[in-house]
Amino acid sequence: MIKVIKPGLATSVQDMGRPGYYHLGIPLSGGMDLMALETANLLVGNPGGAAVLEATFMGPELEFKADAVIAVTGGELTPLVDGDARETWTSFEVKAGQVLSFEFLKGGARSYIAVAGGIDVPVVLGSRSTYVLGALGGFNGRPIAEGDELPVGDGSGTAGRSVAADLRRAPGNPAELRVLPGIYWHWVADSSGAQFFEDTWKVAPEADRIGYRFRGGNPIEFNERERPFGAGSDPSNIVDGCYPYGSIQVPGGTEPIVLHRDAVSGGGYFMLGAVISADMDLIGQMQPHTPTSFVKVDMDQALQARADRNALLQRIRDALG
Amino acid sequence: MESRYTFGGDEHVFCQLGEEMSLEAFFKSLSMTNAVRESQIRGVTEVCAANASYQVKFDPDVIKPDDMLAEIKKLESQADAAESRLNTRIVEIPVLYNDPWTHETLMRFRERHQDPSGTDLDYSARINGFGSVDDFITAHSGAPWFVSMVGFVAGLPFLYQTVERARQIEVPKYLRPRTDTPKLTVGYGGCFSCIYSVRGAGGYQMFGVTPMPIYDPQQEINYLKDFMIFFKPGDLVKFKSVDRDTYDAAVEEVDRNTYAPKIRPVEFSLDEFNNGADAYNAKLEGALND
Repeated sequence: MIKVIKPGLATSVQDMGRPGYYHLGIPLSGGMDLMALETANLLVGNPGGAAVLEATFMGPELEFKADAVIAVTGGELTPLVDGDARETWTSFEVKAGQVLSFEFLKGGARSYIAVAGGIDVPVVLGSRSTYVLGALGGFNGRPIAEGDELPVGDGSGTAGRSVAADLRRAPGNPAELRVLPGIYWHWVADSSGAQFFEDTWKVAPEADRIGYRFRGGNPIEFNERERPFGAGSDPSNIVDGCYPYGSIQVPGGTEPIVLHRDAVSGGGYFMLGAVISADMDLIGQMQPHTPTSFVKVDMDQALQARADRNALLQRIRDALG
Repeated sequence: MESRYTFGGDEHVFCQLGEEMSLEAFFKSLSMTNAVRESQIRGVTEVCAANASYQVKFDPDVIKPDDMLAEIKKLESQADAAESRLNTRIVEIPVLYNDPWTHETLMRFRERHQDPSGTDLDYSARINGFGSVDDFITAHSGAPWFVSMVGFVAGLPFLYQTVERARQIEVPKYLRPRTDTPKLTVGYGGCFSCIYSVRGAGGYQMFGVTPMPIYDPQQEINYLKDFMIFFKPGDLVKFKSVDRDTYDAAVEEVDRNTYAPKIRPVEFSLDEFNNGADAYNAKLEGALND
């Protein structure tokens, strides 16, 4: 068992997510940087999709009630065991009674804290992931809080396992997110569409598990068209439809929002395309104010990027398997 | 009505069945999503119906996007041939219109509204040409509604009223979304009503609240034991305007876990509806009195 002394800023239990219920408004959830999540699990000998803690911008303070082997990956939050620094991306031991805390964030945005045996909260609709808006899954359907006692499953990890630096993926600064134009792209005026990809955007402070908002680029200009019945009054309104993961909506044509793992499943704003699946992990590691360009790609390039990500994941699995 | 297919990134096929809302587009969304589900195309992970569109999420490692698109297109002729007839259920949802909780909330966010001088009901009644709020409530709680989509957040139904286009209520969303909406608020935006399943952000106009929970992640409420979400696309809803005493009594029943929603099986035929909406709606509502 692990006792929460301080919860951090927004720390929640996440695994690979909860597919199959999006048609009823329950999103995937799961880690925002799945590659880092899986790496953390493999380092401590867990199945890749075991439940871990996802810490955002700031680490929690945790008291371990039993001996454990843990690993911290993703954002650069140096772990401290009773105040002594440990390596990130490397498994290490924590003894019963010791306290795990963290230094300030040096890079990235989200850290994955895996414990051998996994965080053993109940499985809800096939997943242990936390969906906060729906008060579902995780630890009582919410981020962890002071005094919580987190159950840990049976497992036995080995300390001192590490993953090579070239197997750790992180966004650049400035960051680039590859986008496949589509969905309602034909509503965007040609010149405005070109401008969208030329502008440098910045991650807005409103960046969370639901979606990432961006500011600083030019507003979208729309082609002239009739306002469809039932859509609402703004030129960016559609008859409420589904929102794909990664889709980029631009309410009012001003600030793009990229939906992520706790996405609202649908709504009334047009989308100009979607960030490709290979780059979704990178968004999870982007801090507010990060300068960002959207890079236009076609489907072949999106599939090649996906294959590249799969190959990297395979190298991690081979290295740690 | 022509289907427009497009990809949402490399993991989604998105299909728009009409730019504008119609019962025909909604029926096609239902029949296409059912067809995709039943066809068991390999690689499909999520099939989501919406008001006048739908989307299919798939794993491009299992099936190439172009092949996925071709498989879906193959199902279209089959779905087009499907009879526009639906075996479903009609549910009576009590609503306390003009309630104190949405009133407190709408006053708190008044500067985000088109008309800061009145309430959401005043504004919506006026712009839709109703003489009074009572007349507006009579229209909203008159003809039944289709659940045409479930989503935004867990279990939130979008509702489309089964009346002719000329009688559809249309209202804009708030100028800027609110950061708060009471749980179980009955809202309105575009041509859709909705019921907020959980407390949270929202941009729809607020008309009232229902005492009947529609989402229970704990699955403790007697009628949500089997599944935590009450609504699914294709359900029919009849709102019933109730007074404060009736509302309070229903809340007590919910608290004692004895509340039983009024539900009756019905068949909906789009052709018969199109032959005369009022008579057909009267028949649907009649089922609730059986």
